Amino acid sequence: MKKFNHSKFCLLLILVIALPAQAQIDLSGEWAAVFHEDSDERRPGPEMVEYQGIPITEAARRRALSWSPSLLTLPEHQCKPHPSDYGSRGPSNMRIWKEINSESQQLIAYHTRIRWQAPERTIWMDGRDHPPEYAAHTWQGFSTGHWEGSILVVRTTHLKQGWARRNGVPRSDLAEFTEHFFRHDNIMTQVVIVNDPVYLTEPFIRTNNWRIDLTQQIPPYLCETVTEIDRPQGEVPHYLPGQNPFLREHAERYNLPMDGVLGGAETMYPSFVE
Amino acid sequence: MIINNLKKIRSTISAAICFYLLVSSVASLAQQNFDDVEINVLHVQGNIYMLVGEGGNITLQAGDQGVLLVDTMYAPLSDKVFAAIRTISDKPITYILNTHGHPDHIGGNANLAMMGSNIAGGNTIDLFAGTGEQAKIVAHENVVTNILAQDNPIPIEGWPTDTYYTAKKDLFFNGEAIMIIHQPNAHTDGDSLIFFRRSDVISTGDIFTTTGYPFIDAANGGTLQGILNALNNVLDMAVPADRQENGTMIIPGHGRLTDEADVLDYRDMLTIIRDRIAYRVDQGDSLSQVKATEPTFDYDVRYGADSGFWTTEQFVEAIYNELSAQ
Repeated sequence: MKKFNHSKFCLLLILVIALPAQAQIDLSGEWAAVFHEDSDERRPGPEMVEYQGIPITEAARRRALSWSPSLLTLPEHQCKPHPSDYGSRGPSNMRIWKEINSESQQLIAYHTRIRWQAPERTIWMDGRDHPPEYAAHTWQGFSTGHWEGSILVVRTTHLKQGWARRNGVPRSDLAEFTEHFFRHDNIMTQVVIVNDPVYLTEPFIRTNNWRIDLTQQIPPYLCETVTEIDRPQGEVPHYLPGQNPFLREHAERYNLPMDGVLGGAETMYPSFVE
Repeated sequence: MIINNLKKIRSTISAAICFYLLVSSVASLAQQNFDDVEINVLHVQGNIYMLVGEGGNITLQAGDQGVLLVDTMYAPLSDKVFAAIRTISDKPITYILNTHGHPDHIGGNANLAMMGSNIAGGNTIDLFAGTGEQAKIVAHENVVTNILAQDNPIPIEGWPTDTYYTAKKDLFFNGEAIMIIHQPNAHTDGDSLIFFRRSDVISTGDIFTTTGYPFIDAANGGTLQGILNALNNVLDMAVPADRQENGTMIIPGHGRLTDEADVLDYRDMLTIIRDRIAYRVDQGDSLSQVKATEPTFDYDVRYGADSGFWTTEQFVEAIYNELSAQ
């Protein structure tokens, strides 16, 4: 009879127990945003009527064309943070930390805080359900995560109405999105896939990157509203149909065709440029 | 002059048809089987809960003095509503406040009022038989007028027992100041906002919903401008917490729980639509010309309806009639 090899069994046991730990790469830490991708859109910001590359519906296009940046002067609009599907596009230096059950040492949630407007977000990892449809929607939405190998996959629902691009391209409160977080040593990549039954004809996919930064300190962010322009109660800045003064500005500056800058699914693909 | 009169007549007929369709749809709902309807309870904050089922949302305030309800859904749901109330409080239903007089919000008034009681005092004890044996029902006095105009009004036991005709009425109940604030000519001419000051919750009735364009009940004095005025009042009253979120919570007439940012988006949308139609009216466009410009197109997928008692077409027509009559 072959002798039972205790040392090999123990080694195998350790490997099996260690497998989840190997697969679930820790995302905690201070992460500095890397802007090598879509830098012009993300830092100075997009121009008016620059909708190319977004699979928007005709309704989204018309709504974006009626959007006036003066809307952001209204006090109620001034302190809105980016919603979580867009937060990574802005000044997105980010802290990620874990919430651990002190008894079981199980991961309850990941929390994130982003620099601009300092939105804090929770990604529940304890298997809880999403809230019912009549629950409140928030800027960060309700997020649950699970591991697929070493990739953290997050599903987010219950979002407030937001924006697909910060030049008036809308994203509705019925949208949901999925994220995939990959970590390769000191680099983290996030893939965001937004589905919006109201304003998108196809899933809208973007990626964002961060580099670990052991010296990063995210400062406090206070926002107080002020009355910038004394307007009559209820006045809402917007452009009437056909009266957007910036309609052709971006297209003419870069010598682009209007049907390109007005966006739509077809403008996402290389075949459109060709 | 003749054209203006014709417009007014058309506006009145159109509004009356809409109201008839609402009441008819409510009447047909009354024959519907409500067996499958669940009443869900959501704690909002402080003493306030939101009850969600079929019909208008119910706001519930509970405390040592009793239970206060804002609106009562449909009559066939009263037992389920009562069962849901009992999961929160074993105190009597003492007050029912009505945001307006539509059957999907006041249908359960009689049943739930009779399940409750109130403390009668002073001269009223001797003057009226039965005083104190049911919950008080509070509403703006125009709600009574609206009920009287209905073909199949709710039972008289469900009519308001305590009306007000001024700009507002105050209550103090369960240790909380409650302001009942009339919103003239909004969804109807009898709308009230209910503001729970300590819990920091506003119940709007159908001045604000998350499910569709607002029903402008012109037959009962409703106007878009009144709705916009009311939404602007809500924005003035609401104070968001950090990052423009939460703080004052807002329970809409239909749909999900909200806060100021949600009301803001709705107010912005309605203002933009009004401005677009007003511009065309100023240009002298006819209703069909205005419709051809699709003034609501960018919001229709989210809020519009091609069928039912209140379609997008009727919404645009109501705004056109209102603006062209000015």
